[in-house]
Amino acid sequence: MSTPAGPRPGTPSPRRPSVLFEVGTGLVLHAVLVTSLFFLFRGHNAPGGGFIAGLVAGTALVLAYLAGDTSAGRRAAGATPRPGVVLGVGLLLAAGTAVAPWLGGGQVLESGYSHPHVPVLGGVSLASVLIFDIGVYLVVVGLVLAVLSTLGEQAGTSLAPGGEEDR
Amino acid sequence: MTDVLTGLARTVPAGVLVGLPVLLPLLGAALALLLRRAGTQRAIPLLVLPVMALDAAALLLRADADGPLAVQAGNWDAPFGISLVADRLSSLLTLVSVIVLMVVLVYAIGQGVADAADERSDRVRVVFHPAYLVLASGVSFSFLTGDLFNLFVAFEVMLTASYVLITLQAGPSAVRSAMTYIVVSLLASVLFVTVIGLVYAATGTVNMADLRGALAEVPGGVRLSLALLLIVVFGIKAALFPLYFWLPDSYPVAPAPVTAVFAGLLTKVGVYAIIRTQTLIFPDDTAVTGPVLLVLAGATLLVGILGAIAQNEIKRVLSFTIVSHIGFIVMGLAFFTVAGVAGAVLYMVHHIVIQTTLFCVEGLIERRTGTSRLDRISGLTHRSALLGVLFALPALSLAGIPPFSGFLAKLALLQAGSAVGSWVIVGLAVLVSLLTLYSMALIWGSAFWGSPSDVVPDEDPEDAVQVGVRTVPATMTAATAAVVLVGLAIPVLGGPLYALCLRAAADLLAAGPYVEAVLG
Repeated sequence: MSTPAGPRPGTPSPRRPSVLFEVGTGLVLHAVLVTSLFFLFRGHNAPGGGFIAGLVAGTALVLAYLAGDTSAGRRAAGATPRPGVVLGVGLLLAAGTAVAPWLGGGQVLESGYSHPHVPVLGGVSLASVLIFDIGVYLVVVGLVLAVLSTLGEQAGTSLAPGGEEDR
Repeated sequence: MTDVLTGLARTVPAGVLVGLPVLLPLLGAALALLLRRAGTQRAIPLLVLPVMALDAAALLLRADADGPLAVQAGNWDAPFGISLVADRLSSLLTLVSVIVLMVVLVYAIGQGVADAADERSDRVRVVFHPAYLVLASGVSFSFLTGDLFNLFVAFEVMLTASYVLITLQAGPSAVRSAMTYIVVSLLASVLFVTVIGLVYAATGTVNMADLRGALAEVPGGVRLSLALLLIVVFGIKAALFPLYFWLPDSYPVAPAPVTAVFAGLLTKVGVYAIIRTQTLIFPDDTAVTGPVLLVLAGATLLVGILGAIAQNEIKRVLSFTIVSHIGFIVMGLAFFTVAGVAGAVLYMVHHIVIQTTLFCVEGLIERRTGTSRLDRISGLTHRSALLGVLFALPALSLAGIPPFSGFLAKLALLQAGSAVGSWVIVGLAVLVSLLTLYSMALIWGSAFWGSPSDVVPDEDPEDAVQVGVRTVPATMTAATAAVVLVGLAIPVLGGPLYALCLRAAADLLAAGPYVEAVLG
């Protein structure tokens, strides 16, 4: 695992399927991630929510994975928190928010509300369901990461036979 | 005694009692994903499942004494919110399922599939306990939900966990078989969600208690087609004829404890869904659905058992007997009488326990001999008399020999059948019982009698599941013995249990208290 060799000039590398795709992904990636956050936060009263936002973020991750060459993808996969941890934190947030009302004698999944006045933003309505939604978001993202790290690991070895040698 | 315990159960808020079997295992799964030390991971389900069992027992006591317990999640009133309902049937099945899950967990830990430490199966160790807990949550959610769409969600939770478990430590051929399972399950799910869409289009609600009233106003043809479509959806999950083909191909590839849990629980959840939907929301269509279910039950009984006799591998014989005996349960439902449905409920309880036991014993046999193929095993009684006993008791029970649980359950069904004069299906059920005995005798004669065979070496000695070794961990044998004892306890408690089943069946067919508890 030393420095990855760049593609030789003039030879299409099997690791870089399309320059167009790569550059295009670089352009839209951040917009997609921000859109996913937009969906996450508007989800309480409008179409959106943790699940769909997680799926949007997941497509961004898949795009990044497909566009980057596999070694970079693998490095990224190593750098992010392990998929199991993302899944675990998400599940803990979601299930925890669901049972938390029991402590105050409430019903499963009951939501608390507050309407604080935040400078710049003005009046904001906050619901504890948001924490649940963030949990769901993390579960979906964690699942996508798990799929990428499990299937991607093998795809890297089977698509590029002998790919380990040029490094 | 019961009064004291019921009083004790009443001290816990109903919301906690009903929600706990769904949410506690999910919290446990989250913790098991985050705390990755082997000891901690193992301790979490060992703590969670007994708490669930106590909770389910409390639910059963409360539901039996006070009628169905309904909880509206988030305090959104039905039919707008999500209802969780624990009536006698739901809480009884939750209790039996959790007991089975507990015993098999101990078995899995003993076998080593749960926490193999070698590098290759590192992912297995991380994944088994969380997936197992998610499966437990999905199973109890399926039993407790009072909402058709959330029944779909519960199925998905359960199936997602089962996809992970069935491909644990699988080689390429096993993954191919598991693909059949996954594709068939996904197709069934797509059909299910489509039917839910149609139901919502026709009535504007998905709350099952509310649907009972709403569907009564829908034109008969539309309602009947929805009822039949739901039978198809759940028929795939329950492995009813002719949609059973995926089961004998996919179940045998998983590790023994996983197959044991699948065999005991997953198909039964499908049957439960048939019973719940047909009795609760389609009560006016029984004139058509009854005969349809009866024909399906008869075909399932016969085709399943003929398949079992033709197999040459213990796991496959047992997988075909699952299919066959699903027919008994559906047959009881198809009569749509209190005695028939009570027999079906009793048969479900019996079959969950006994089928799990048989797959646990199969795991022990494979551990000793290294194979599940009947032509390569013989003379097991010379190796271990205990193994012979552990196999014989549940096998006789499956075949319906008195005084075991299978006899009681079959007697209840046959009496219900003769009461309505369905002599053909009664005769068929007796024939299938005899053929079940024959298939068990085939296993016994070939694997247990004769001179001891050579041990087949482990095909994959690297993986966590050791087979073909002469030693069997005491935990595996103890867990199997425990589940055999649970099976033996059913006939001992036969009187009260059948009385409970009769009350549960009366609830199902009357449905008044259920609807009242949900809609208030």
